Amino acid sequence: MSGFDKVVGSYEEAMAGLEDGMTIVAGGFGLCGIPENLIKEIKRRGNRDLTVASNNAGTDGNGLGILLEDRQIKKMIASYVGENALFEAQMMSGELEVELTPQGTLAEKMRAGGAGIPAFYTATGYGTPVGEGKEVREFNGRHYILEEAIQGDFSIAKAWKADRMGNLMFRMTARNFNPMAITAGKIAVVEVEEIVEIGELDPDEIHLPGIYVNRLIQGTFEKNIEKRTVRSA
Amino acid sequence: MALTREQLAQRVAQEFQDGYYVNLGIGIPTLAANYIPDGMQVMLQSENGLLGMGPFPLEEEVDADLINAGKQTVTMVKGASIFSSAESFAMIRGGHVDLTVLGAFEVDCQGNIASYMIPGKLIKGMGGAMDLVAGADNIIVTMTHASKHGESKLLAECTLPLTGKGCIKRVLTDLALLDIEDGKFILRERAPGVSVEEIASLTAGELVIPDNVPEMNV
Repeated sequence: MSGFDKVVGSYEEAMAGLEDGMTIVAGGFGLCGIPENLIKEIKRRGNRDLTVASNNAGTDGNGLGILLEDRQIKKMIASYVGENALFEAQMMSGELEVELTPQGTLAEKMRAGGAGIPAFYTATGYGTPVGEGKEVREFNGRHYILEEAIQGDFSIAKAWKADRMGNLMFRMTARNFNPMAITAGKIAVVEVEEIVEIGELDPDEIHLPGIYVNRLIQGTFEKNIEKRTVRSA
Repeated sequence: MALTREQLAQRVAQEFQDGYYVNLGIGIPTLAANYIPDGMQVMLQSENGLLGMGPFPLEEEVDADLINAGKQTVTMVKGASIFSSAESFAMIRGGHVDLTVLGAFEVDCQGNIASYMIPGKLIKGMGGAMDLVAGADNIIVTMTHASKHGESKLLAECTLPLTGKGCIKRVLTDLALLDIEDGKFILRERAPGVSVEEIASLTAGELVIPDNVPEMNV
C-alpha cells in the first residue's frame, strides 16, 4: 500500500529535483487557488531560467509575482498580465519573454498535454496575432489554427482536500486551472488544506483521481484576495 | 445625450431572454446583471469556472475561493455549478453560451474586434476574450462610439491587433445600436436625443441608415 502514499514530509521534499531551465505548469486564477507555498519554496530554492505556464503571474508580492522579483522566470505563458506592475515592466523591457495565450486555449493546452494529445485545432485566435505562423485548416467552412499541447517537468497546484493516495477535491472557483495543470506535469506536486485517510472520500465526489498526483503536502494558506468587493446589507 | 454606463447596461439587459446562459465581460457588461427583468431567469457564466454567479457578497460572506473572472469576490445563486477552466471554455467554444457581452477598443464593418492591446502602450492580455468571440454566435460589443477627441472607434478596418476576425454582428455604443451585415454598419437604434447625423459623423466605417431609426427605450 505504501507505494500509493503520495504524502511528502516537507516543502523541500515536495519540490526536490526542480532544476534551472525547467518548465512548470501552475494552477490558479489570479490569486485564487494558487499553490502559494510551493511558489515560496521555488523562491527559496532560487531556481532560475524557469518557463512557467499559468493563467496569470500573480500580483506584485503575491503568487508567481514573487518569482519575478529575483528574475527566476525566463518565460511566461499566460493569458492575462494586468494587475502586476513588475510583470509589465519586465515584459516591456524584454527581460521576460511572454507568450500571450488565450485563456481557453491555455486550459486546453494543459488538458491536451496531460491527455496524450500533442495538438488540437481551435477557432480561437484565427486571424489575430495569436494565429501568426500557425497552421490553419478549414473544417465545415470555418478556419481553425493548430495549437500545441503544454507539458511540464513539474506541475504545481492547490486543491482543497485529498486522501493520502492523492485523490483530490477542489473548492469553488479555486478549482480553475488546477486539475489540468496537475495532469500536464511529469512530476505533479499538489498542496492541500486537508489530507484524510484512504476511504474517507466518496469516490463519486473526487474531482481528480490520484493517478495524476506524485507528491502531496498539507499546508496553511494566506488566500489573499485580489479585489475584495462587497455589497451592503 | 450619450448613454450613461447604467443606460448602456439597461439596453444590454433588454437582449436577455428567460433561460439564457450569459457571459458578461468586465465593466459595463457586468452592470447589466443589475437590470435582469423581474420574473426572468438568466444564469451568468464566469469563465474562471462558475455558472450561476450571484451578487457581490455581504462582508461576512466574503470567500477567497469564490471569485469572478474580474477577480472580484462574488456569490452563487441556487442551481449554480462549478467546473474547471477547460470545462468552462468547452462550453464557451462549443457554442453553449446563449449571449456574450464584452467591451472593445475598436470594431470594424467586417466584424473584426480589437480589445486586448495597444502596441507600445498597454498590454493586459486577452484573457478569455479571444475564446469568447470565437465561440459565441450571439455577441454584443459595448463601447464608446468615439474617443474623447472625436475619433471614431467604428472603423472601416481595425488599426489595433485583433481579438477576433469576422465575429461581431452587433455593437452597442453610447450613441447607437448597430448591426454589422455584409461589410456595413446598419444603424438600428439611437440614444435618446442623439441625431442620426451625429452618429453618421462619428462612424468611420460604411454606415447604412434605414428610413426609420427609433430611439432606444432606456
